[in-house]
Amino acid sequence: MSNPTTTEIVARAQELYEDLNFTAAREWKDAEPGRKVIGYLPVYIPRELIHAAGFLPLGIMGGGDNLEVIHGDAYYQSYICRIPRSTVELGVSGRVDFVDGMLFPSICDVIRNLSGMWKMLFPEVYSKYFDVPQTYKDEVGGTFYIGEMRELLHDLEELAGRKITDDDINASIAAYNENRQLVNELYALRAAVPWQAPASEAYLIIRAGLALPVQKPSVMLRQYIDAAKAEERPMKDNSKVVVTGMFCEQPPLNLIKSLELSGCYVVDDDFMLVSRWLTKDVPTDGDPVYELSQAFLHHSMSTAAKYEPDLAEKGQFLVRSVRETGAEGVIFASTSFCDPALLDRPMLQNVLKDADIPFIAFKYAENSGQMQPIREQAGTFVDSIKLWSAA
Amino acid sequence: MKPSIVKAQPGDVEKDASMIKQKQMMAAHYERLSNAPETGEKVASTFVPGNLNELLMCFDLVNNLPEVNAIQSGLRKKSGQYIMEAERAGHSEDVCTYVKSDIGMMMKGNIGPNGRELPKPDVLLLSYTGCFTFLKWFELLREQYKCPTIFLQTPYMADGKVTPNMIQYMVKQFKETVIPTLEEVSGVKFDIDRLREYLAKSAKAEDDLVYILETGKNKPSPIDAYFGGIYYIGPIFGAFRGTDDAIDYYKFLREEVDQRMLKGLGPVTPDGPMGEEKYRLVVEGPPNYTSFRQFWKMFYEEGATVVASSYTKVGGTYDYGFRHDPDRPLESLAEYCLGVYTNRSLPMRIDMLTDYINEYEADGLLINSIKSCNSFSAGQLLIMREVEKRTGKPAAFIETDLVDPRYFSAANVKNRLESYFQMVEQKRSGKGAAA
Repeated sequence: MSNPTTTEIVARAQELYEDLNFTAAREWKDAEPGRKVIGYLPVYIPRELIHAAGFLPLGIMGGGDNLEVIHGDAYYQSYICRIPRSTVELGVSGRVDFVDGMLFPSICDVIRNLSGMWKMLFPEVYSKYFDVPQTYKDEVGGTFYIGEMRELLHDLEELAGRKITDDDINASIAAYNENRQLVNELYALRAAVPWQAPASEAYLIIRAGLALPVQKPSVMLRQYIDAAKAEERPMKDNSKVVVTGMFCEQPPLNLIKSLELSGCYVVDDDFMLVSRWLTKDVPTDGDPVYELSQAFLHHSMSTAAKYEPDLAEKGQFLVRSVRETGAEGVIFASTSFCDPALLDRPMLQNVLKDADIPFIAFKYAENSGQMQPIREQAGTFVDSIKLWSAA
Repeated sequence: MKPSIVKAQPGDVEKDASMIKQKQMMAAHYERLSNAPETGEKVASTFVPGNLNELLMCFDLVNNLPEVNAIQSGLRKKSGQYIMEAERAGHSEDVCTYVKSDIGMMMKGNIGPNGRELPKPDVLLLSYTGCFTFLKWFELLREQYKCPTIFLQTPYMADGKVTPNMIQYMVKQFKETVIPTLEEVSGVKFDIDRLREYLAKSAKAEDDLVYILETGKNKPSPIDAYFGGIYYIGPIFGAFRGTDDAIDYYKFLREEVDQRMLKGLGPVTPDGPMGEEKYRLVVEGPPNYTSFRQFWKMFYEEGATVVASSYTKVGGTYDYGFRHDPDRPLESLAEYCLGVYTNRSLPMRIDMLTDYINEYEADGLLINSIKSCNSFSAGQLLIMREVEKRTGKPAAFIETDLVDPRYFSAANVKNRLESYFQMVEQKRSGKGAAA
């Protein structure tokens, strides 16, 4: 059988992305008795542990722009971001009624409080706020994190009705290592030849993977990378930019496409960080929980939801991203009312000023529909980059 | 000093003697802060929830609380311009106004409520308890002050319990990071017996604070546990926990409240003693500070007394039994941080508010939802419905902000409160439909 084309792969990914009933995950669960699905929110969860229990980790990244929020708005004031209200909507409308557990990562006060709301709204469903260390010494934050992972494992074992062995976890670590390698390969391809693998397509491929058992998206990624390399696509006179601030509430697909239409090649971003949170392979031959803790402490990405202990290091991840991808500027795209992103933004902008990297900023919501102002702003930004470059 | 009701300055605001004493304590503290460059005292900036005043005192460090500075700016009608200043410098209109007021104040010379410049901190003790914004706030301050910054993470009590892993994590942070850095910054060697001594003093004052807060169970309540409560919590949530001054203050306050109780009097308001107590409320959420007196007036003019509030628990849930324990000094500090109101899960908060309504025989729950504070606000609509369901008492929801005057609409708040009081009346007379 010949390798599918990028169009075919992207079409399948878009189908998965748009399916707010999570049919693929439902089908996976129904295929064998005893299977369980554990949902998780952005930014990061050690999915290896869920997978090791034989469960499907299901990324729930909000409702996007295709979900009409009817009930969810009744739970939140107007000044709170949209992802919790659309997540509540997914819950109360029955769209995630097949999910056996929900994990709420430590990211901000809103998602933290949502974990308690979930307990109240769905008392029959296992739910957990998953705390992570914000201190990075092995014997301090590391020990705490190992304890938190062991608690999660204990809960998962209860749900599974069986012991989860180190071998199980190591096998899962291997599967996720492979998946991350492929995601990183796709990012590298996009940075090198963004016209061959546009951000809007890469987004769909990775997003679709969050709804499938890890082996399937790895196949999809491999196929897409091969197809993207093989197909000839025209290079446009776009500017390479890094987009940041979208680590939690996801942008509508149209927003990414609008950036591309306005003349941007998005060569790096912080969409769905869970897919590439760990920046190195996790060893598969040791104590797996310890190895996952080490990876988190010492080899994980920077984002506004994390404390940066070293002032000199603050924001340098963005500078490195710009340098490594050859980007010409940074777009701060933050969700309205997103405390972590918006509080972080002035500090990151100061770092970029010092590094002489141009930037712009705007806000969005996962259901933003009016893209014209964003297109105009991004288009002007790209024009100004080109003018400066020419000078 | 015999407790009494006295006229404060300016003459049109009436205050308890304890309120005057409290103001004097705060004023003296601000003078101490302003004098620090001359006296050579070193300053630590830190937060109210997770405030480790006893530990700071072990290193002769003076405690400076940016939240309290923002409150003072709000009360003095200065926060609006500070916030605008910060927004002009690139801070988003969406984020916490405490942060922006603090940053704006810094940009305008860092003038404290005493009209004098506040000193630069020698150390930032980022005690990260119950509020994600704290983390970013001190990253922002660190960028400006470039001083040593100590991070202390308090795990969130999501499952309604404190686990051994949480305590061990915090104690390790104390031993391996917090204390060694404080020693380095201050040049003072840590003495655990000194800490024990301060903790014992804290516990004494905490006993009296709890006694005072629980007098709200009387009818009429001799205290207002929200507006008046702000004064009551000031010393213990701020720079005085662990001191003789705090012990004296709470003893004095207790006598004052006892006298009012014996006479069957309600709380003292800025316009004099409270009249008939018509409504007994539990309030969830922080107050608005830019129109604090106007806001309070909307309650006492209607005969509404707040008999219990969650805001007076952000610096410790002492009424749930916690006391600083000199026999377990570091563990006790950890438990203190873990237990503060905003570090408690939503189900725990619902239980607490339900208990308050029942135990204080309140007429209902009022939520003042604060735009700035997602830690408090996210989930409050569910809290409201759940507490109504459990208690059968009506609840209401108003929206304001901490220190941003743009988000205090007096007419809207007053309308809602009046409607709410009517709802309470209807409920009492059995005319209203079940809430």
